[in-house]
Amino acid sequence: MVIFLLRRLASAVVLVFVIATITFLLMSITGGDPARNILGEGATADQVAAKAAELGLDQPIPVRYVDWLGAAVTGDFGRSWFTNEPVMSSLANKFPVSLSIVVTAIVVTALLSAVLGVTAAVKRGWIDRFVQMFAVLGFALPNFWVALVLVTIFAVNLKLLPATGYVPFATDPWRWGLGLVLPVAALVVGTIASTAQQVRGATIDVLRQDYVRTLRSRGISKRSLLFRHVLRNAAPPALTVLSLQFVGLLGGAIIIEKVFALPGIGNLAVSATLQGDLPQILGLVVVMVVLVVIVNLVIDLATGWLNPKARVS
Amino acid sequence: MTEPLLPTGPAAVAATPGRAGIMRRVLRNPMAVGALAVLALVVLGAILAPLLSPWDPDRADLAQVFAPPFGEHLLGADSAGRDILTRLLTGAQVSLIGAVIALVVALAIGIPTGLVAGYYQGWFDSISNWLASLIMAMPGLIVLLAMISVIGSGMVGVMGTFGVLLSPGVFRLTRSGVISVRNELYIDAARVSGLSDLRIIARHVFGVVRAPLVIQASMMAGIAIVLQAGLQFLGVGDSLTASWGQMLNDAFTNIYVAPTMLLWPGLMIGITVGALAIFGSALRDTVQGSEALKRVKRPRIAAGDVLPSTAVLRTIDEPIAFGATELVDPVEALLVVSDLRVGYPQASGDTTVVVNGVSLHVNRGEVLGLVGESGSGKSQTAFSILGLLPDNGRILSGSIHFNGAQIASASGAARGADRLRGSGIAYIPQEPMSNLDPCFTLGFQLVEPMRRILKLSRQDAKKRAIELLDRVGIADPERTFNAYPHEVSGGMAQRVLIAGAVSCDPQLLIADEPTTALDVTVQAEVLDVLRSLQQERNMGMIMVTHNFGVVADICDRVAVMQTGRLVEQEDAVVLFGAPQHAYTKMLLGSTLEDTAARAPLGTTRTRLGAR
Repeated sequence: MVIFLLRRLASAVVLVFVIATITFLLMSITGGDPARNILGEGATADQVAAKAAELGLDQPIPVRYVDWLGAAVTGDFGRSWFTNEPVMSSLANKFPVSLSIVVTAIVVTALLSAVLGVTAAVKRGWIDRFVQMFAVLGFALPNFWVALVLVTIFAVNLKLLPATGYVPFATDPWRWGLGLVLPVAALVVGTIASTAQQVRGATIDVLRQDYVRTLRSRGISKRSLLFRHVLRNAAPPALTVLSLQFVGLLGGAIIIEKVFALPGIGNLAVSATLQGDLPQILGLVVVMVVLVVIVNLVIDLATGWLNPKARVS
Repeated sequence: MTEPLLPTGPAAVAATPGRAGIMRRVLRNPMAVGALAVLALVVLGAILAPLLSPWDPDRADLAQVFAPPFGEHLLGADSAGRDILTRLLTGAQVSLIGAVIALVVALAIGIPTGLVAGYYQGWFDSISNWLASLIMAMPGLIVLLAMISVIGSGMVGVMGTFGVLLSPGVFRLTRSGVISVRNELYIDAARVSGLSDLRIIARHVFGVVRAPLVIQASMMAGIAIVLQAGLQFLGVGDSLTASWGQMLNDAFTNIYVAPTMLLWPGLMIGITVGALAIFGSALRDTVQGSEALKRVKRPRIAAGDVLPSTAVLRTIDEPIAFGATELVDPVEALLVVSDLRVGYPQASGDTTVVVNGVSLHVNRGEVLGLVGESGSGKSQTAFSILGLLPDNGRILSGSIHFNGAQIASASGAARGADRLRGSGIAYIPQEPMSNLDPCFTLGFQLVEPMRRILKLSRQDAKKRAIELLDRVGIADPERTFNAYPHEVSGGMAQRVLIAGAVSCDPQLLIADEPTTALDVTVQAEVLDVLRSLQQERNMGMIMVTHNFGVVADICDRVAVMQTGRLVEQEDAVVLFGAPQHAYTKMLLGSTLEDTAARAPLGTTRTRLGAR
């Protein structure tokens, strides 16, 4: 188990490093003339050159890369070209907001799609048809559109829930939770739809296995069969889907945050994109990838814990 | 159960007869046709936009700001007085072109790399696989935003980048499809007959992945449309032309003023993407359905028909009459099966009958051999007794009595087998490895039934389990108790399964070809264990097998099955001495080495697909 863990950890580190490198090189080589962008058309060539020197852009790319990487390893992603705020501190401010949405959404997704998917696989009948229809519906409706409709119904018309704004958990847990209801609801429609269908498929696959029949032939209880044996065997593929959903939710949250005017990474990402704020974007990408890698690592560990065979491979 | 019931992934398509056949069958599916019609309408609307609506999508008219529907503008006008319908149709163009760009890039990268990686494997496979997992770990929207900040928001660049992000899915699908067929015999045959690799890949291998790729493509197109709308909604998309995402952005800005503006672009996205998804899943159903049809190659009879024995079951001689004439001693009989018929209702309304009027009995302490070739219905008979037929299997008529009590009938009222499993009737499967839950230790799987049925404490159950493991000839019972199924050999696993079957002192043991999957030397040992356990505990036993060697070794009586019927039932000694039925003679002839060369198979069905 320790070797398994170390191997996964090593490949995760390599992955983060490679993606960071690719992003840096791609953005530095094709990035145009950032100093000119920052200063605007009115600046003189001297001013632009001075700005470029200030940002270190006059250095050759390998030197800039080594500098950036050396700082990035210590958690320093430089300062935003436009606000001059350290990238790390702006990320530290914004990420908790986005993470509260995404983590809540993933927990809700895991719980509801497990219940829906397993019930559909075991009971079949109307709930099975519902899960399958819901899968198409959730796939077809963009989550930000669902968000807009939810805002129109519950915030604008019924005035039941806040349409915008974020209250930190530490300030007021109740209002923090209330503010999350609509964004999370909008996000989970799609993720539950597809995850529930995957859970259903995985459960049906396990129910067809020979060992399920043999276990039944031994006379063990239906409950133990389903909750011990079937669920445990069906969990690894469902967990893999869940980790993909997490990646998707990080993107989804960026759009959803706009609808609910939440001060998360969404706004940061969009404005950095529009301005071409390289350090900011690089920082975002790296932190995102680290997050994704951590989640995948956790899922791998969970799979290894659930399925002894996965530990050796 | 020699084969998995439903193959997953592209392999399922491999053996499907004609590819054109799939497309034709899809067009018979009303869902698929409806979805295609909707898509065709969207495409037509996009192409004919200038003809359908007289307005310029970008012409602002301040007098018409937020004009209600059904006035001068059919669907009203937006915040700048632009015609909503026209903008919807123009938006369809943007969405469709964007989706096509993403698709083309994803397929252009994914298919060739997948084909090459799967067909040649080696270093290219490792590298491309690693790259694919790299790309899949990237948060898509962030990568796109990063790209937009570099290359700008032009649609070709953005959707092309998204195509790159989608390509690992195509790559993986193609690769796994190719790997599933590259070692098939017909590929070897093509190679031997001198076809170039390129021809083989194009003709034989690509055909396998075509249908799954169409399914994947329809899903990816949907994802691309939603993503593009999301970017436009964020305001980082191409801002020059009208698009669905931009319209949603406009609606969002004016959500307090004109909330109905949300409806139209949302509906368009929903309908288009929904149609793509429905088409994809209809195609998947068709592909899997055709596979399922292929696998059912059993005699088909309409439900409820009285069966003329010759119509479906082409036996060689007149079948010897059983059933009513069979003599059963009611005191000695442990299990009595009378006139059992088992069938699988098909979607078409027919019922595929797999067991057809089987009557047999097992006395206490007696071993009955149930013999026949694959697909003759012997396993189905065994599962009927256990009450473990697959969900769609039905007992059509007849009854099963155990210890004088009815445990199964056509009405389904008697479900006695549920309570008897483990304690009264036990089962030893054919394939040891697939019959052990891979997630639990062998010990856990032994202890669990004993605690429930024998009400033993955890310690007592463990003690008994280790005794049993020792009894079935496992050298180090303690270690085996703590091992996982993948840590033991097939012979060990089969011993564990035998230990499990007898753990709750059953009166009847049903062994479904318990030695078929084992090495020859292990076979004899396992049979020894079975026989001694049976004699020591005076259990009744049904030995399902196609091996007359096993029959001679262990069975008191033999019942021979062919295509769902019982053709002969006799004492083992008598049967070996003077087989009556031609089929029995043929089976015996094909086993014994010192007989004359066997007669041609004649009308007897060969392999019927194991179930």
